[in-house]
Amino acid sequence: MGALTLARVALICATLGLFLAPWHGLQDGLSELAAWPVGTAAPLVALLLDGSRWWLWPVALLLALAAPALLRGRAGGGLAWIGGLLVLAVLGAGYAIGLNGLQWGWLAPLLGAPPPQPSLGWGAFLVLAGGIGLFAAGQAARGRFGADAFVAFLVCGCGFLLILFVFLPLVNMLSAALYEDGRLAPAAFGARLVAPEAWSLACVTSHAGCGVVWNTLLLASLTAVISTLLGLAFALLAVRGGARGPVSAGAFRAMTILPLITPPFVVSLALIVLFGRTGIVTGLLWDWFDIPRSRWIYGLPGVLLAQVLAQAPIAFLLLDGALRAISPSLEEAASTMGARRMRVFRTVTWPLLKPALAASFLLAFVESLADFGNPLVLGGDFDVLSTRIFFAIAGARHDPGRAAALALLLLAITFGAFALQALWLGKRRYTTVTGKGDSGIPAPLPKGLKFTCAAVAWPWMIFTAAVYGIILVGGFVHDIGRGDLSFTWRHLGTGFEVGWFDGAPAFIGSAWDSLFTTIQVAAISAPLTAGLGILLAWLIARQNFPGRRGLEFMTMLSFAIPGTVVGVSYIMAFNVPPVELTGTALILVICFVFRNLPVGVRGGIAALAQIDKSLDEASATMGGGAFATLRRVVLPLLRPAIVTALAYSFVTAMTAVSAVIFLVSARHNLATVYIVGRVEAGEMALAIAYSTVLIVIMLGMVLGIEKLVGRARLGRGSAPTIPSGA
Amino acid sequence: MSTPRRLLAAGFAATLTAFLPAAATAQGNLTVYCSVQEEWCRPMMQAFERATGVRVAMTRKSSGETLTQIRAEAANPRGDVWWGGTGDPHMQAGEENLTAEYQSPRMSELHDWATRQAQQARFRTVGIYAGALGYSYSAPELARRRIAAPTCWADLAKPEFRGEIQVADPNTSGTAYTMLATLIQVLGEEPAFTYLRALHRNVNQYTRSGAAPARAAATGETLVGITFLHDAVAQKVNGAPVEIVAPCEGTGYEIGSMSIIRGARNMENAQRFYDWALSPEAQGLAGPANAYQLPSNRTAPIPPQAPRFENIRLIDYDFARWGSAAERTRVITRWEREVRAGAR
Repeated sequence: MGALTLARVALICATLGLFLAPWHGLQDGLSELAAWPVGTAAPLVALLLDGSRWWLWPVALLLALAAPALLRGRAGGGLAWIGGLLVLAVLGAGYAIGLNGLQWGWLAPLLGAPPPQPSLGWGAFLVLAGGIGLFAAGQAARGRFGADAFVAFLVCGCGFLLILFVFLPLVNMLSAALYEDGRLAPAAFGARLVAPEAWSLACVTSHAGCGVVWNTLLLASLTAVISTLLGLAFALLAVRGGARGPVSAGAFRAMTILPLITPPFVVSLALIVLFGRTGIVTGLLWDWFDIPRSRWIYGLPGVLLAQVLAQAPIAFLLLDGALRAISPSLEEAASTMGARRMRVFRTVTWPLLKPALAASFLLAFVESLADFGNPLVLGGDFDVLSTRIFFAIAGARHDPGRAAALALLLLAITFGAFALQALWLGKRRYTTVTGKGDSGIPAPLPKGLKFTCAAVAWPWMIFTAAVYGIILVGGFVHDIGRGDLSFTWRHLGTGFEVGWFDGAPAFIGSAWDSLFTTIQVAAISAPLTAGLGILLAWLIARQNFPGRRGLEFMTMLSFAIPGTVVGVSYIMAFNVPPVELTGTALILVICFVFRNLPVGVRGGIAALAQIDKSLDEASATMGGGAFATLRRVVLPLLRPAIVTALAYSFVTAMTAVSAVIFLVSARHNLATVYIVGRVEAGEMALAIAYSTVLIVIMLGMVLGIEKLVGRARLGRGSAPTIPSGA
Repeated sequence: MSTPRRLLAAGFAATLTAFLPAAATAQGNLTVYCSVQEEWCRPMMQAFERATGVRVAMTRKSSGETLTQIRAEAANPRGDVWWGGTGDPHMQAGEENLTAEYQSPRMSELHDWATRQAQQARFRTVGIYAGALGYSYSAPELARRRIAAPTCWADLAKPEFRGEIQVADPNTSGTAYTMLATLIQVLGEEPAFTYLRALHRNVNQYTRSGAAPARAAATGETLVGITFLHDAVAQKVNGAPVEIVAPCEGTGYEIGSMSIIRGARNMENAQRFYDWALSPEAQGLAGPANAYQLPSNRTAPIPPQAPRFENIRLIDYDFARWGSAAERTRVITRWEREVRAGAR
């Protein structure tokens, strides 16, 4: 796409925003449109003409400045200035003048005492998009971004969104660590960062607990190592398990998808039912072997168990994909040269798995850092950073400064993990899918390794089955916590009763509202997340442009922040103009998109790392622009990654809790927040029943997505279909 | 690919239409933040909708979370009324000027403890129910261990309860803070901390939620759980084999409160709800919803299972002093240093 086309589209878009769309947000919904073109639905041009927004004249002037050259068919580098100033003018004016008039006191000599300005609406959104387009076109015209306007626009647009929805809210929130009682206090900041509650090592020498940082690190490392190893065992069995490989692959897939689609808390609840002091297993052990009942599940062991149950399947999915993508030709080459199976595995397969192993470790580590539900239910006295932050904000002692300092520590740990990953992978190359023809049959596993994997994987499967059995049963018996196992529909009825009024079905059950909202929000955010994530991955992995590292950093940032911090930072940042989103379903969608983005991005990058760049180059040599290459070469090859991103973001949008617990509103409540409420009230049965419903829905969705978009597989012979008669 | 694409488009269209806000009704709207259990929130809101025709949008969150939300939204309030939840966060919201003064015409119908609290909060909040603090124990477990039934606070510090008591963490739970304040008011500050240190040895877990120990005692996860009595009653009514104790030395109580959020968008309806929620009809909805607190309206029916205040030795709880943020921080900090940090 040329710079001129982009600039023209951008100009049209901005002009529409100027003349047609209402400039400010519609507080009461679309009914306000009746007043157009005056009143609350007035477009900017009307507001400028009646003088009530005179400080926005620069917006109109800048557009007028850009128009003549574009109409004559010339797109120059000057457009970058115009576009940049346009964005600054709109946002600057929005932040400077808020609901209470002038916000930035130092502008008083220039602006005087302007009237209050409500939030920005569709008109402003179009002008902003146009401004970004003009900026990108200008940059492309100057030869930046490989002089490709499409890439330039993607980078600028993504960068803008990331700054607005990831970076600014976070900075806003974290700056609270610097303040005490509304004043800047660097000393308090220092004290908070090195507080003994975070760093104490008392548990080594005495009975007192250790600092939360140590607890968090210990838990996250254990979770990451154990889940990655489990995932690897499952993946090896599934892909390389020989004749019974496909069978176990099917079983694992069915089994491993369950923890993935389970709402938080539920696994913890099931673990309590099994291993609590009055749990089923505990009772059996007591009756049969006189093993005394204890409360070991409350604390590190319980949380670890719950987290591994959740993370091992994700590790499996990642490693499974990576194993399948490894071209067998390298392994065949090794065996041809006489290497034994174990040696092939050790020197060829294992090194090629490194990126996926690192990704899986990192994912489990970071997920464990951010996990909030399981430590909340099973933590006992074992406190981790995410729960500590939550209670620093929402607990009886409200202390945002302390919460911000703890959040900073959590961020530091996360980035440390990323740095370690980069160090381990080094600068080696891991491409195995090249443009050259490659076919072959993957080498089977060495025997010893296969037995080890089976010995680990199958017991874990049984354990998982037991946990999910409890969940399935729990929703349909009177009180599983007390062992009352008589069958009942009561809990399901409370949540999902459907009545019949005036010939139409009426959803009376208390859970319907939240269920509908959850499905809507998840259905909207999942494709957005997958699309944006894959685009970003492609930009980061395949394009070279200034600020690439910065863009990558910002996409990963939102993943590293604990959900609670995201929730509170969003509510602080988007409750007041210019960007006013709280109380809408949009804020939930945005929150999910930017929180789940890193998974799409990382998955995309990992997949791209295995697709040789020569394919891109071939497309470019034959005259394909960046857009054509992306659409016709990269995207088809990335289908597995896209499916994973879609399924993952849909599922996390349905199961996330910590970030959205602050963002749900009366009209838009979410299933998980509702379930948390049930757990809080001690209504485990209703919580479990609702979770069962969610699990069924998500299972259907994930299978549906797979069916619709196609099985995530790269074309390559997987099993010997031709009898090897020769 | 065209079918999936069309399907996706249709899905998008369907979901987008759901984002259009519903048309306002003639009687207007009201947004309520509800901090009691869901099964009580919902019938309350439905009853109000039926009684007035106002469309209610309700969110249920714990009182701590609600206070955080109201603080964050202070510049541009979304909610109108905050109904239910323990009194301290309501008092604190009043202290921070987040809630608005309002004197309901029904104020004269309320119990003394409710009017006293309203006066102390300069009418920025009002009591809607009260619940006494106490504990519950698992009767079969106690019999199995042949421990004499406890009746007082002092019994819980005995060695036979070692590792068998659960109570919430005052850092996160208003219930646990009420216990600290109660013990200090019953025993005096120094003896109270001596007692708490002894109790600490018997505690197996400081839970985060205030009502969790009642549930743990009901399932036998712990022998004794210290909670508000109505939480324990709810477990007992549900069939749990627990016995409920109002300690013999006397005990404190919470006042579940209601406030109008400053700058509420639907102020008129907020006041309508406020008046209605103080009426005997509205407060009578508690019992059927498994809420066994004592209603604040003198003429409201008391649920038969509710622990009667006549049978409980209630102390004269000083809400103004113990509800203040400064006193709270001091007591909790001292508890952290002298009790929580100790060995068990």
